[in-house]
Amino acid sequence: MEQQYIDFYKESHTLIKQHSAALMNNFRDAAFEKFERLGFPTSKLENYKYTDMSAPLSIEYGLNINRLQFQINPYDVFKCDVPAIHSYLFFVLNDTFYPVNSTAKQHLPEGVIIESLRTAAENYPQLVEKYLGKLSNEKNDGWIAFNETFAQDGFFMYVPKNVKLSKPVQLINIMRSDVDFMANSHNLIILEEGAKAQLLVCDHTMDNVHFFSNRLTEVFAGKNAVYEHYKLENTNILNTNVSNLLIHQEDSSNVLTNVITLHNGMTRNGIEMIIDGENCESLLCGMVIGDKNQDVDNFTEIVHKKPNSQSRELFKYVLDDSSKGAFAGKIQVAKNAQKTSSFQTNKNILLSKTAKMRTKPQLEIYADDVKCSHGATIGQLDEAAKFYMQSRGISESEARLLLMFAFTADVMDNIRIDALRDRMKLLVEKRLRGELSRCEGCMIC
Amino acid sequence: MLEIKDLHASINGKEILKGVNLTIRAGEIHAIMGPNGAGKSTLAWVLSGNPAVEVTHGEIIFNGKNLLEMSPEDRSREGIFLSFQYPVEIPGVSMVNFMRTAVNEQRKYKNLEPLSAADFLRLMREKKELVEMDNKLTSRSVNEGFSGGEKKRNEIFQMAMLEPKLAILDETDSGLDIDALRIVANGVNKLKRPDNATLVITHYQRLLDYIIPDFVHVFYDGRIVKTGDKNLALELEEKGYDWIKKEVETPVEQ
Ligand SMILES: Nc1ncnc2c1ncn2[C@@H]1O[C@H](COP(=O)(O)OP(=O)(O)OP(=O)(O)O)[C@@H](O)[C@H]1O
Ligand SMILES: [Mg+2]
Repeated sequence: MEQQYIDFYKESHTLIKQHSAALMNNFRDAAFEKFERLGFPTSKLENYKYTDMSAPLSIEYGLNINRLQFQINPYDVFKCDVPAIHSYLFFVLNDTFYPVNSTAKQHLPEGVIIESLRTAAENYPQLVEKYLGKLSNEKNDGWIAFNETFAQDGFFMYVPKNVKLSKPVQLINIMRSDVDFMANSHNLIILEEGAKAQLLVCDHTMDNVHFFSNRLTEVFAGKNAVYEHYKLENTNILNTNVSNLLIHQEDSSNVLTNVITLHNGMTRNGIEMIIDGENCESLLCGMVIGDKNQDVDNFTEIVHKKPNSQSRELFKYVLDDSSKGAFAGKIQVAKNAQKTSSFQTNKNILLSKTAKMRTKPQLEIYADDVKCSHGATIGQLDEAAKFYMQSRGISESEARLLLMFAFTADVMDNIRIDALRDRMKLLVEKRLRGELSRCEGCMIC
Repeated sequence: MLEIKDLHASINGKEILKGVNLTIRAGEIHAIMGPNGAGKSTLAWVLSGNPAVEVTHGEIIFNGKNLLEMSPEDRSREGIFLSFQYPVEIPGVSMVNFMRTAVNEQRKYKNLEPLSAADFLRLMREKKELVEMDNKLTSRSVNEGFSGGEKKRNEIFQMAMLEPKLAILDETDSGLDIDALRIVANGVNKLKRPDNATLVITHYQRLLDYIIPDFVHVFYDGRIVKTGDKNLALELEEKGYDWIKKEVETPVEQ
């Protein structure tokens, strides 16, 4: 399967580079060599044991290496029905950042840059060079290497020292194509010392063709920075998504990631939080509601490199029909990372006999003065609680719904944007009721 | 109102109820007493439709309808209410949401519009006062972290909210302190109407000083073996169950 992409790169690397930025091209050939060596990760690899992408990879996807613009203005197409969330709104169409509309630009605080990565790399080369690829280049991962080989653009956000964004930034990835299509994009997010930002990433599809998106996101949270990253996936069964989110934290920074999959085909979220500072807080949350043949794998790694930091992880899955879920929670505590505390919880409910869940905690602790724990459960809905509700006149289906909703409540509570949390609760409830059977425009705004 | 005829039921294949016969008419209060493990709660489970209990024989007619054919939720909507001996904790489901869903599903069954938010809150307030329930409790998850007594009081609160036709109180008095016992009993009495009935399962005659029964039944080994008036409860309190056991077992030996 790799071969066609290898041949394609050999034929068209000049063109790919021509439509990208020099800073992205700098590591392109090296990434390509790495991809040639590694290929696509298969389930033979320990870290990909439960991710079998051979089916979506057998499809032939088009790529838009010539960067042809498509003829819609997302700011017109995506009108907010419920303007509950006041956000700075941006779009990536397939893999191209949509030129910023001037009103959104105007209201950004002084010094904040939100741009296409390509443009940013051209306009602010020193800034971008300092960070771009610094987390991803070192990884030995076939998907990351593939992304670095083909990604020509992406989303760029820079929040300078001590600037705090009062509104969340919302990034909507829209997939739009008449033929099966693949998009690769590389995002770079930089928060300098004392900066604060919230990013909400929504994945959305407009057409009923097969889409494959491969997103690579690097995040740098400087000293005392506060960053929240929300990913909401609400696409459809024809959609495959590989997301690698690499986060680097410096002293006293506070990072929350919350990845929520409501609808999709196959998803692989690779999340790595590198806690490279003292007194950091990291909270990694996620939730999956799966049915039909949905397949969601959250592979997480928290690396404590320095002493005195805290990390907490919470993932919940509700799986029905023949859906499959996987969760891996790797926690590494380096030898000198004393006084680390790290807690991990993964709870899962299987609603059918054919749904499958695999969960795997993995602790590698080299320091001796640490507090670490992990716990995983796989179960069914609480029958006693269900009967108790029924005995008060609540129908069985409504009782199940209340229980499932309650099950996801603590993940929802880790959404720190009030309006988003309310909206998400509504979406989750609709999803659990089966009313949200397909993506209906942007569900958030 | 309720007619139980020769009811046999088992749990995990083991027969627990061995031929229960009981008739309750509107306006009556019945008490069931009996030793541990006799099957009193099992009878309450059968009435409320717990799927863990399998009915193997007999019938139950409730207001002219075949109760055994109904789902637990429909029994509730028809007016059966069970105050659980061990109320269930439901983390993550708030009392308010739980009660609102319950009340509105009951209303839907009766073709009534759902209560408005304001009306619902007014109803909650009124019923909380009736059982003197702490405001804090209703803002928490259902029974989560409630003390034993608080859970029991919460059962009576729910009963007040739902206004059942037949209330079955399974050891609602156990775990209550003296004041709470009086409050709960008062609550039950205030909700008493000529068109509803109450079945009280208890070990203590004390409760029956407050809720005065028309009939007292002794439950033993899966059956009602003796029925009397409120004086039977006093007699049991004094003499224990041994004499009943003897009375029941002697004929078997003959
Ligand atoms: N899940 C179960 N599996 C097996 N036996 C059970 C189960 N539940 C109840 N039983 C048995 O059924 C019998 C009747 O129990 P039940 O709870 O109805 O008694 P009770 O009269 O309410 O007792 P108590 O006064 O202690 O509340 C007991 O012997 C009990 O052990
Ligand atoms: Mg009992």
